[in-house]
Amino acid sequence: MNWETVIGLEVHVQLATKTKIFSAASTSFGAEPNTQACAIDLAMPGTLPALNEQAVHYAIMFGLAINAEIGKISIFERKNYFYPDLPKGYQTTQLEKPIVGRGEVAIQLADGSTKSIRIHHAHLEEDAGKSIHEGDLPHGSSGVDLNRAGTPLIEIVSEPDMRNIEEAVAFAKKLHSIVTSIGICDGKMSQGSMRFDVNVSVRPMGSTTLGTRTETKNLNSYKFMEEAIEKEVERQIDLIEDGGTVKQETRLYNGETKVSKAMRSKEEANDYRYFPCPDLLPVIVSDDTIEKLRRALPELPDARQARFVEQYALSKYDAGILSSDANTANFFESVAANASHPKMAANWTMGELSAALNHADLSITESPVSAELLAGMILRIADNSISGKMAKQVFEAMWQGEGNADEIIEAKGLKQVSDNAALEKMVSDVLEVNPAMVEDFIASDENKRKKKLGGFMGQIMKASRGQANPQQVNQILLQKLNELL
Amino acid sequence: MIIERHEIEKLATLSRLSIDEKTITDVTERLSSVLDLVAQLQSADTVSAQGIFRPFQVAQRLRADEVTEGNHRDEFQAIAPATDNGLFIVPKMID
Amino acid sequence: MHNYTIAELVKGLQSKKFSSVELTQHFLSRINRFNGQYNAVITVTADQALQAAYLADQRLAFGSAPALCGVPLLHKDIFCTKGVRTSCGSKMLDNFIPPYNATVVENFEQAGVVMLGKTNMDEFAMGSSNETSFYGPVKNPWATDCVPGGSSGGSAAAVAARLAPGATATDTGGSIRQPAALCGISGLKPTYGRVSRWGMVAFASSLDQAGPMARTAEDCALLLNCMASFDDKDSTCVDLEIPDYSASLNKPVKGLRIGVPKEYFSEGLHPGTEEAVRKALADLEAQGAELVEISLPNSNLSVPAYYVIAPAEASANLSRFDGVKYGYRCENPKDLQDMYCRTRSEGFGEEVQRRILIGTYCLSAGYYDAYYGKAQQVRQLIEQDFVQAFAKVDLIVGPTCPSPAFKFGSKGDDPVAMYLEDIYTIATNLAGLPGMSVPCGMVEGKPVGLQIIGNYFDEARMLNVAHQFQQVTDWHRLMPEGIS
Repeated sequence: MNWETVIGLEVHVQLATKTKIFSAASTSFGAEPNTQACAIDLAMPGTLPALNEQAVHYAIMFGLAINAEIGKISIFERKNYFYPDLPKGYQTTQLEKPIVGRGEVAIQLADGSTKSIRIHHAHLEEDAGKSIHEGDLPHGSSGVDLNRAGTPLIEIVSEPDMRNIEEAVAFAKKLHSIVTSIGICDGKMSQGSMRFDVNVSVRPMGSTTLGTRTETKNLNSYKFMEEAIEKEVERQIDLIEDGGTVKQETRLYNGETKVSKAMRSKEEANDYRYFPCPDLLPVIVSDDTIEKLRRALPELPDARQARFVEQYALSKYDAGILSSDANTANFFESVAANASHPKMAANWTMGELSAALNHADLSITESPVSAELLAGMILRIADNSISGKMAKQVFEAMWQGEGNADEIIEAKGLKQVSDNAALEKMVSDVLEVNPAMVEDFIASDENKRKKKLGGFMGQIMKASRGQANPQQVNQILLQKLNELL
Repeated sequence: MIIERHEIEKLATLSRLSIDEKTITDVTERLSSVLDLVAQLQSADTVSAQGIFRPFQVAQRLRADEVTEGNHRDEFQAIAPATDNGLFIVPKMID
Repeated sequence: MHNYTIAELVKGLQSKKFSSVELTQHFLSRINRFNGQYNAVITVTADQALQAAYLADQRLAFGSAPALCGVPLLHKDIFCTKGVRTSCGSKMLDNFIPPYNATVVENFEQAGVVMLGKTNMDEFAMGSSNETSFYGPVKNPWATDCVPGGSSGGSAAAVAARLAPGATATDTGGSIRQPAALCGISGLKPTYGRVSRWGMVAFASSLDQAGPMARTAEDCALLLNCMASFDDKDSTCVDLEIPDYSASLNKPVKGLRIGVPKEYFSEGLHPGTEEAVRKALADLEAQGAELVEISLPNSNLSVPAYYVIAPAEASANLSRFDGVKYGYRCENPKDLQDMYCRTRSEGFGEEVQRRILIGTYCLSAGYYDAYYGKAQQVRQLIEQDFVQAFAKVDLIVGPTCPSPAFKFGSKGDDPVAMYLEDIYTIATNLAGLPGMSVPCGMVEGKPVGLQIIGNYFDEARMLNVAHQFQQVTDWHRLMPEGIS
């Protein structure tokens, strides 16, 4: 039988606020355990929540970015369960009246088509702390770090509109692109800034009723998400084909061991006993606030992509890659503005720079090669001062902090030789000392000659220590060889 | 109103309370009498009243996003039951 | 000195008739001498108090001290006090020393008020008799075989026994007014949102409200002037101008329309209590007030609605007591679940556990609509009753509780009998309205309380009427035997 996969996502996005959603403690990443957990975060007796305005505004901005209805009156509720990293014994979240209602997100697929994924709603809530089970802990113990407790999140809940892994990943990446473009999330997946719960079910192809779904929780990379979906689809199909039925359950996927397993049913048997939080009043959002935020909303990825195609004559594909991340797009625009060679700016941003950043595990905002530096180098390529190959050397040196392109070209003596007379002499010298190669060239047929040309080029570039302008050399060489024929 | 013993057990589990065997019958009885009391609510005609009551329909105030809380770990952990290396320590959590 | 009212103490301090240190020493020695009889105070902060008194005297000498500077006071042990154990009457917090002050405590500290110590209370404020305290019951100074009421029984008994001229208290379903009535003192529960809840250990967040206890309405006004403040840290605290509650105390009562709810004089009301309350109403009428019979038709639903909403909120509010961050943790837990369950069952008393179970039940899947949802709707009906009543009258007056102080253990077996103790006080908490109790008579040698319910934020008028009532009566001046 042919099976269709049905996928829905719940995406937790940490908001890039300075403080927690209900306290004035810092949310910055990587602090010593429990140094950023104040009395409210620790749920000390008598403490009360005070709602962070920026968190509310960021949630509204997300709603506006996906064309969603904004909840003019939204309500916080308590979700009750016990866990050591949940200090109050309940999570303050939203259920009946979330701040963001229905909306939609368009995704682009590899075949060039687009698809709309419906958003059911997005709500504000607080993150839990971190439980630590490994490391230097007393025997038989776990540790709790509450620095993360109370970090503002929006949970974005999609409809089950995705039909395969590609769509799910494209959707996840699109959300990443939107939240980073509008600046409400730093997008750092390795720090847990975005985490995914995947709801997966399968059904016979053509069926219109949904199969029983499972939820795999807390995946923190696209890769794990792909793997988890793949494993889960396989598991469900095998199960059904063997005459079994899928049980609605929550599962955990271990990215290290590549194994997913159901959470214990005891934990499953939770009854969250939601009720409106009496410590918080309804959040009322005025039309004024909405309009103000709408006007201040930065350019969205889709609009930016279209503009890049139009303004810089980039391919839709390149424009898509560059615009998917706001920082990358900003960087590219800055390079393009300084170098006035958008195509080269795009290639260098997506190529050499991106590879170097990946290798060093840096984000583009942390790049040792600034947009100005990169633009300076591109100008030297454009005016033939350096070759593409030299440019790689210059880039490497700029990365190491050795200065700007001009300084490096000077210091390394990298300047490209473009003087015609000098180049002609170089070509003549090489031909003269390699009579056998010349003989061989003349004796070869048209096709082979093209290949043999490379041999001469190599010799000449070597003789010039790589500084000869390759286009010019090529031209001179062809001319001289033709004269010999 | 009769509340069943297994229901009490479930409530105790949800509330993380251990009610010992001896008192469970007693608790069942007392809870039932309280639930009889609150069952009177069912007779109320509440068509004119919907949703959650709040004394004043004012809006939630919003706080400026500024860090004003510093590190109070030592002070807080001085009153904690068990800590180690800055962490709160609990019996091993099993997933 | 202990027979002076706070108003008199303020004058005495400002005219240097006595110093704050003398006053503080006097009350500390009274606590030392009499508290054994009543168990009203569970923590005495003598050194701290004397130091604060010394500083208050310096401020007084300087000449520009706030009104209450140098006055000694007791705080209910539900208010977090920096560096001083805040137990909430529970084993769970027997070792809890907060690193911060409640806003109420802070307000008094800023004003130079001297904290003498912390008062006993029903565990987590759940009780109407003070029998649920981990530290043992408080005894009523008027009859030591009787309860002082609850949950602020320690504060009420302490004020009645002149261990302090006033005390802070909290009221979720009657916890200020009922013990004030049973101990023959004055107590006021302000409008919900008038006083900050920050640092006050939460029982039922939508009902809890802090207020003052003292012997007279005039003193309650002085204390409320300091207690009430706008506080950003409590989202439910209302940003409305706070009047000077002392300013309007002397306005005449003449012409005031006083509503008398017929539902508050039905079966279950002790005849002696009814007689005292009727007499008090007649006194007010004699002063020129107009009595108007009114109806609060949904009164009978207030107790059941309360016993859904309060336990539901409490069940969540008390989840933070899990043995992880502070407070009690059981010995040698064998695993995480064992730590949770034993910590909570050993740390909480029976009544607290019962209310957690009820609250959990009312919120659980399949029951929410029938219980919590319904109770919230009933809450609105009760509010509508009051809105309609206040369209016709300025104040509502009736009994504070159905009968005078009862004997220890007499309602112990049946939680419902105990819950009915709050039958006249609960509705105001549900509606968020202010209520107060002032002494209005004696039955069988025990005090009777007169309840005055005001419209939202109309505490000044309630205090005015109570003060005027106390100008023509002297129930508030009576003193229990054996305390001088």
